[in-house]
This record gives sequence, structure tokens and C-alpha cells, in this order.
Amino acid sequence: MAKVNEIKYLTAIKTEKRQKKYCRFKKFRIRYIDYKDAEFLKKFLNEQGRLLPRRITGNSLKYQRKVAQAVKKARQMALLPTIIDLLK
Amino acid sequence: MPVLVFPLTFATHLFKTKQGMNNYELMVIFTPVLSEDDFKAAQKKYTSLLKENGGKVVHENPWGLRSLAYPIKKKTTGLYWVLEYDAPSDFNEKLKIQLLRDENILRYISTRLDKYAVEYNQKKRSGVPTGTEKVEA
Repeated sequence: MAKVNEIKYLTAIKTEKRQKKYCRFKKFRIRYIDYKDAEFLKKFLNEQGRLLPRRITGNSLKYQRKVAQAVKKARQMALLPTIIDLLK
Repeated sequence: MPVLVFPLTFATHLFKTKQGMNNYELMVIFTPVLSEDDFKAAQKKYTSLLKENGGKVVHENPWGLRSLAYPIKKKTTGLYWVLEYDAPSDFNEKLKIQLLRDENILRYISTRLDKYAVEYNQKKRSGVPTGTEKVEA
């Protein structure tokens, strides 16, 4: 039986720990998401102009909902495109 | 008998605005064919309508000509106008009728502002950082 300190791995195990995601709105205490600020909202969209999921942005559910509402309003007022190739 | 003390902190929003008055924000896209004077006249039409109905203008911001993200009614540009106002809650219905009748309007949106939104708009107007600058991509 091999002892614990004798075990060798074929591939190096990952030692660096990934930084934990956080909700930007909670961290910076942003209470209101402005639909008029299209540049800000683009941070939450992918290249096709679709909304990024929470697992990527790290937003809390409360603020993800608000982001979604703001993006939809901005789209309605033609501040953001509905769907497009290469937004950024 | 236990005396119920209603904490004032929960009720402050009730005193903030007059009874039935709310904070709203209206954004209108006018057709780009309007001249400078027509654009101003159209703005005035709606602000005077607001005042007639007991509302109050908080802030006006004509953005002017901007390109649209997608064409609306075969137009690729539009004249944007943003109005922040306090009004009684029945005003928006009256406003809607007028806005829909107006042929110079491509699109409009009216939003009710909560207390955080009012605070945000005030900060933005006075140039105080609103906190959104810190957020990186």
C-alpha cells in the first residue's frame, strides 16, 4: 500500500484557487440600474447582444432581474440592439 | 396592553411625496425630420400638459439626434428627449393618449422611479460619482 506522501500524479493537480465571483451591485452598493446607460449595460451582454447568465457575471438573483429589466427597456428604446453579430 | 410603536423609518416614504404624487421618467424618440424649433415646441407641449394636470418638472434633458440601434418606422436616427417629473398617478393615462396620437413620435417609455432611482439621477446630474464607474468588465 502506498502512503499518502508517496502518491505521484501523472498530471500536475491544480493548486491555484480560482477567485470567487461576487455580485458587483452588492459590492459597490449600486441600488438602481439605469436603462439609459447603454455602455454600462453592455458589460452584461455577450457578443450577439444577448444577456449573459448569472453563472458568468456572478450577479445575485435580485440584481440579475434588474439588469434584465434595464436591458429590455434599453432595447425597446433602440439604445441597445435586439440581436446582432459582433456587438463589441 | 402592549403599545404598538410604528418605527418611523418604515414610513418615511409616505411623507416624501404628496398624496398620490409619484416620480416618473419619460423618454421619447421624435422623428429626425423635426426642425430645432419643432423639437422645442413638441417638448413644450408635453411639459405644459404636465403642468396643467398638476405635475411638476424635475429635470429635462434633450439628448438630441442619436442613431438608433435598429431602424424604427424606416428611420435610422431619432431625437431623444428625457423628462423627469412628479405627477399624480392618473396623469400617465392622459399622457399616453396624447403621445400615441402624435405622429412625430417614434416611440416612448415612461418609468416609475423608486427612491434609489431618484437618488441616482440626482447624483448623475450634479456630477457626483454614482458608483457604476468602479465596475469593470
